[in-house]
Amino acid sequence: MAHDHDQHPEHSELGEMDVRVRALRTVLAQKGYIDPAALDVLIETYETKIGPRNGARVIARAWVDPVFREWLLRDATAAIASLGYTGRQGEHMVAVENTDSRHNVVVCTLCSCYPWPVLGLPPTWYKSAPYRARAVKDPRGVLTDFGVTLPESTEIRVWDSTAEVRYLVVPCRPAGTEGMSEDELASLVTRDSMIGCGMPKAPEAPR
Amino acid sequence: MSYRSHADLGGQAIHDRVVPEEEGELFHAPWERQALALTLAMGATGMWNIDMSRSARETLPDYRSLTYYQIWAKGLEKLLTEHQLVGTDELTQGRMLRAAGHVPQVLRASEVGATLSGGSPTLRSGTLPARFAVGDEVRTRSAEFGHHTRLPRYARGKIGRVEQVRGVHVFADAHAQGKGEQPQWLYSVVFSGRELWGDATTAGLSVSIDAWEPYLEPVR
Repeated sequence: MAHDHDQHPEHSELGEMDVRVRALRTVLAQKGYIDPAALDVLIETYETKIGPRNGARVIARAWVDPVFREWLLRDATAAIASLGYTGRQGEHMVAVENTDSRHNVVVCTLCSCYPWPVLGLPPTWYKSAPYRARAVKDPRGVLTDFGVTLPESTEIRVWDSTAEVRYLVVPCRPAGTEGMSEDELASLVTRDSMIGCGMPKAPEAPR
Repeated sequence: MSYRSHADLGGQAIHDRVVPEEEGELFHAPWERQALALTLAMGATGMWNIDMSRSARETLPDYRSLTYYQIWAKGLEKLLTEHQLVGTDELTQGRMLRAAGHVPQVLRASEVGATLSGGSPTLRSGTLPARFAVGDEVRTRSAEFGHHTRLPRYARGKIGRVEQVRGVHVFADAHAQGKGEQPQWLYSVVFSGRELWGDATTAGLSVSIDAWEPYLEPVR
């Protein structure tokens, strides 16, 4: 039953939400406020078209093309738009570059602001209370949760997305990737590395 | 004032581990997809703006005990009932019990692509010169707001430095209250870890926020 919290709190909670959201959808459709077909397109867009592979292409381009990199750091909105990524929750983009001496981390302590056109929908942890509470105060501890340890000498800059500017971290290009193509490089760029909570993958050792 | 946000979490004493997640894990139940899509589709009607949505969510009394898509679903229900588009009885019964209200527009499936790729830019043309320039020292407001704001508590009454001038943007505080866009200059203001957290700070930390001009006063 929907209110059987004691025995199956998680399942009943999910069942309750399922019923609740189904009711919401039915009422909104009956009233003509929504086009149910539009819901399917919205979901499909974020499940298949708009996600972190977009951002990975931006980063790989910046790694191989110094002119693009300079443009990205000067006017990220335009540089990213040139690759076809624009719009909702990415209207005003800023790219921040990691270096040997400085590491960038992005958070939204007030809600879940995130650069959708390049990274898609935010992961659960990005929206979670521990991340939002700790990222601005204890970013080194947060990075440890992701298996990342930075030297004490590395400066850490946290960007709290409190307005409509959205931030994309440009991670350092991994060593040993000199001969790689742009596509191969993009496959090394992880979502977390573009938020500042991870590093790009290392290239596989040559066989 | 009685306005209370439950969403302002920066620096709060929450010590749980952050749990990483695989890139493909977008939803954890089918209803989460629907909560996302319904929220976006109703946002596109033009009945309210994104700042009103944030305000509706952050004032949910049980915000901290909800998952994020629960927050979105309940925030949407709140906006719908507040705007008298839907009655709570209709939500409970899961069917329309009275005639529909008027919404300015309905997002059609054929328009989704263009709507998403167009977005809703907040940059506006400014007429007044910016009060602050890059390098200026500023102090953030410490007084209570009594309404939706985007100045987080951990960064109130603190001295920082203007690092970037971001142009003139729709002012979230006014926009959320239905007082129009009232565009204001927006700045990236950076604070040292020591300024924010005192001796508890970690080595080499600086934190920036994006702050509208009314949040800031000159130092000296």
